[in-house]
Amino acid sequence: MTIDLLPHLKQMLSAPGLSGYEDPIRDIIRTAWQPFCEEISVSRVGSLHALKRGDGPEPRPRVMLSAHMDAIGLMVTGITEGFLRITQVGGIDARILPGQMVIVHGQRDLPAMVVMPPAHLLPPEAGSGVVALQYLLIETGLRADEVEKLVRVGDVVSFAQEPLELGSSALAGHTLDNRVSVAAVTHCLDILSRRKHAWDVWAVASSQEEIGVTGAFTSPVDIQPDFAIAIDVTFAKSAGSSDWRTFPLGEGVTLAWGPNIHPALYTAITKTADELDIPYTREPAPSMTGTDAYAIQVVQSGIPCLLIGIPLRYMHTPVETVSLKDVRRAGRLMAEFISALPLDFMQTLEWK
Amino acid sequence: MSPTKQITQSSRKRIGKRQTELLAELCNALSVSGDEQEVREIVLREVKPLCQQVEVDAMGNVLATRIGSGQDKVQVMIAAHMDEVGFMLTQDDGDGIYGFSIVGGIDERQLVGKPVIVGREHVPGVIGAKAIHLTTPEERKTALKLEQLRIDLGPDGSGLARVGDRAGFATRFSEIGPSIRAKALDDRLGVFNLIELLRSAPENIDLLAAFTVQEEVGLRGARVAAYHFNPQIGIAVDSTPANDLPLYDEDSENTRYNTRLDHGPAIYLMDGATIADRRLAEWLMKTAEGEGIPYQIRQPNPGGTDAGAIHKTRAGVPSISVSVPQRYCHTAAGLIRKSDWEDTLRLLSAALSRLNSKILTPSEA
Amino acid sequence: MTKTQPNNTRDEALLALIRKLVETPGPSGQEGLIRAAVLEEIKAHVDEVRTDALGNLIARVGTKQAGGLRVMVSAHIDEIGLMVTHVDANGFARFIAIGGVSPLSCIGGRVLFMNGARGVIGCERLEPNSAPTLEKLFIDTGALSREDCPVSVGDVCGFERPFLDLGAHLVAKSMDDRVSAAVAIQALRALKKTPHEVYFVFSVQEEVGLRGATTAAYGVNPDVGLAVDVTRTGDTPRTVKMEVALDKGPAIKVRDSSFIADPRVVNWMVAAAKAAKLPYQLEVLEAGGTDGRAIQLAHAGVPAGCLSIPCRYIHSPSEMVSYADVENAVKLLVQLLSEEIKLD
Repeated sequence: MTIDLLPHLKQMLSAPGLSGYEDPIRDIIRTAWQPFCEEISVSRVGSLHALKRGDGPEPRPRVMLSAHMDAIGLMVTGITEGFLRITQVGGIDARILPGQMVIVHGQRDLPAMVVMPPAHLLPPEAGSGVVALQYLLIETGLRADEVEKLVRVGDVVSFAQEPLELGSSALAGHTLDNRVSVAAVTHCLDILSRRKHAWDVWAVASSQEEIGVTGAFTSPVDIQPDFAIAIDVTFAKSAGSSDWRTFPLGEGVTLAWGPNIHPALYTAITKTADELDIPYTREPAPSMTGTDAYAIQVVQSGIPCLLIGIPLRYMHTPVETVSLKDVRRAGRLMAEFISALPLDFMQTLEWK
Repeated sequence: MSPTKQITQSSRKRIGKRQTELLAELCNALSVSGDEQEVREIVLREVKPLCQQVEVDAMGNVLATRIGSGQDKVQVMIAAHMDEVGFMLTQDDGDGIYGFSIVGGIDERQLVGKPVIVGREHVPGVIGAKAIHLTTPEERKTALKLEQLRIDLGPDGSGLARVGDRAGFATRFSEIGPSIRAKALDDRLGVFNLIELLRSAPENIDLLAAFTVQEEVGLRGARVAAYHFNPQIGIAVDSTPANDLPLYDEDSENTRYNTRLDHGPAIYLMDGATIADRRLAEWLMKTAEGEGIPYQIRQPNPGGTDAGAIHKTRAGVPSISVSVPQRYCHTAAGLIRKSDWEDTLRLLSAALSRLNSKILTPSEA
Repeated sequence: MTKTQPNNTRDEALLALIRKLVETPGPSGQEGLIRAAVLEEIKAHVDEVRTDALGNLIARVGTKQAGGLRVMVSAHIDEIGLMVTHVDANGFARFIAIGGVSPLSCIGGRVLFMNGARGVIGCERLEPNSAPTLEKLFIDTGALSREDCPVSVGDVCGFERPFLDLGAHLVAKSMDDRVSAAVAIQALRALKKTPHEVYFVFSVQEEVGLRGATTAAYGVNPDVGLAVDVTRTGDTPRTVKMEVALDKGPAIKVRDSSFIADPRVVNWMVAAAKAAKLPYQLEVLEAGGTDGRAIQLAHAGVPAGCLSIPCRYIHSPSEMVSYADVENAVKLLVQLLSEEIKLD
């Protein structure tokens, strides 16, 4: 079978799943991965682990693909006259919040929006310029008594922006970070289902990346991989974002290079990419990457890591934009690399 | 049966599925000042079967006349503006990226991170923001300026739009609980209400309906419409801000709310453009009290409606405004209560039925 | 509601325990005295007790029965303090902070060194309208010179402030987190019957980065974990907006800035509070972290949460808690550990 990526991705984008509250998105990913995998389980902190067995003799070496599935969002901190006060879950620039459509996950899901009170209702100075998160409110459209019944402190709030197709190859929406990487893993599993591969492949949709990389610190303990590939989004060039940390949209994936990355693994995967003409850019990551690779590398005795980046504009806004071409490239590159892995691959990695 | 129940029942009668669908169609249309064609087409479709005369004037106003059959009729002009605040593309940076300007009044802080629609084809685009990871704390304390923002139609979006195209927020109309959330409720509510009034206009008046253009850029359409109609009474039906949010400092009281949701239609006594005709204000308030319709007085404040243009036309026209209170005007999504909308329609309808030319004769006092 | 309660409704043993714990010094890394004090209180009531390599006191109560789990309950016994960095020729000692010490609450404070020396904190002349930094402060031990000074580089002190009983509210330095240690001790003593293997961990070095709980959780390897710690409140004039207040019951943490409490643990705690008809508050803390984060990350991950004691003026020498909240926290903890745990 083959998976059509666009509807798969749109379905994932419509599902909530804030860090720690990943159940809805996990169910969707489980359904998508089930046909390709022999074993599926959930870790004690909510990551999804799916095993696609290789055809090498046992004990087979294992590669772990880690794409975090959790979303950034908001959390209710208080209720005032039917309006909700909020804080962030994950890093959010307060400037993008006024007027954003959200869903409050209360006793039931409530469509709502973030609103910016007029300056004269805020403390002096707080209302001119950027209005800080602590002063923003959520409007549910419901009257105060109803709100008190349906919402409690600690309820999580998701962005509600519907995904938007831009032109023929781009998609905009919230939580493309990092559901596009999950889609790339799905694409990889899909390709591998029609290919031979000696290695066991453990696909992981990790939890709570946006809050302290929690899932990636714990999943390798269960899986015990020989090496891991983290897949996450990276910064695409856009208006106001053009320095060395940014990469062209739709012109290939990035392969991170730096202390979180095993240099020999890097060399091996670039060889695959070069041979197959899969475009990529080397992404300098001079210290830490702020991705699952950062955590996985130091679990237990240490795990060699790669990091594939999918360029994305406007990260951590509800209009994150990617090119589907890059998503497919990421999936294909992983599949090609994995299917070509010899059983003794780890022994061929040399420090030089 | 409690009075509240009665109101609810009559609201079912007035605001049903058909009414909500028409309001949704009006709000989802893109009709930025100077390019009101999408709303004009809907208005023409709706009012042609209801009126004896319908014309589109030199500025693009739709002027519709419904002549009453009674005696001693009053010539009442009611204006509702068809235009909305939005954007115009001003610069093509290539690769589907466009610079833009604001048409009308939109707080620049409301722009970033929003989906938009561009042009008559409603091409989807986004107004992006730099990733938070790439910003400095200092940057995050500085509001983004219009010049820094771009509309992005995607990497293969060049050719999908051109400089001069209008754009607006992509918000879709929705009902949430007792409320409606949509863009352009200012003033599609007025447009809708005026269409409804034409549907059931009483015979004691000639209803001169002006669906105006360019209100948001200076009440320009209403001025020529009022000249054309030369009415005895002018009424603007619009939407006005409800700033009835909690004060951050809970020890004090919000004394500057303008209007409040759930308090009924807002009757104007004074705004920045008009001092309302007192006789008309009395007429509206007495009607509301007589019919048991809740109403509120809009706090006298700056701001303005088409009444500002109408009342100064020719030798002068006694004028007033009635608005539906709306939170978050001129942002991606405003919010109203269905009950306020319904009560506004009831008030206008009841007031028109009671209208006669006597109310304009000077009172004995 | 802060009406003073008549003393006869209060558990004098609990009050004495809190007083004893808060008045025992024990900055991070120097937990010997406080560990001994805790051990003294619990040793008659536990099935097994040990001290691990970092100094965590780990006590087991109960054995795993059908439907039982291995549960870790962690209350840290360290407190914030100071460490001397230099003693000048005139005998004034400069210092750095151990944990999150605010310069504002240092000035005029008194300190007690682990070697018994005492001192007061003074401040250099400040520019008008400037806030002090730790670099501007020094400890005056009354010494006449460097040679005369009873402390030297590396010596550690804690803040010194007697326990204050205000009736409904109790005040002390180091309510963070000795009040939670008292809660854990009371619950340990009161836990008559449990299907679980409960490990009460009195953890060290929390204030410098959850270090004790990290190794303790690895060693215990629990099925589920709970930190017991203090949390901030929003119930004082013009403070940060926060729903938690004193006297409204112990708080069940939904999140803090270090972690998201496992929603299944939150639901379990809420259900237990409701079952025992105890007041509780839901807590979203926007600054601060607890041992819960360290437990969550142990091995392949552990469902973890935190039972919080609302506390005003955290990390000042006068941290204030509500007696009723403390008592209810004990009851809630006992309830949580007495029944089968359903995480769903």
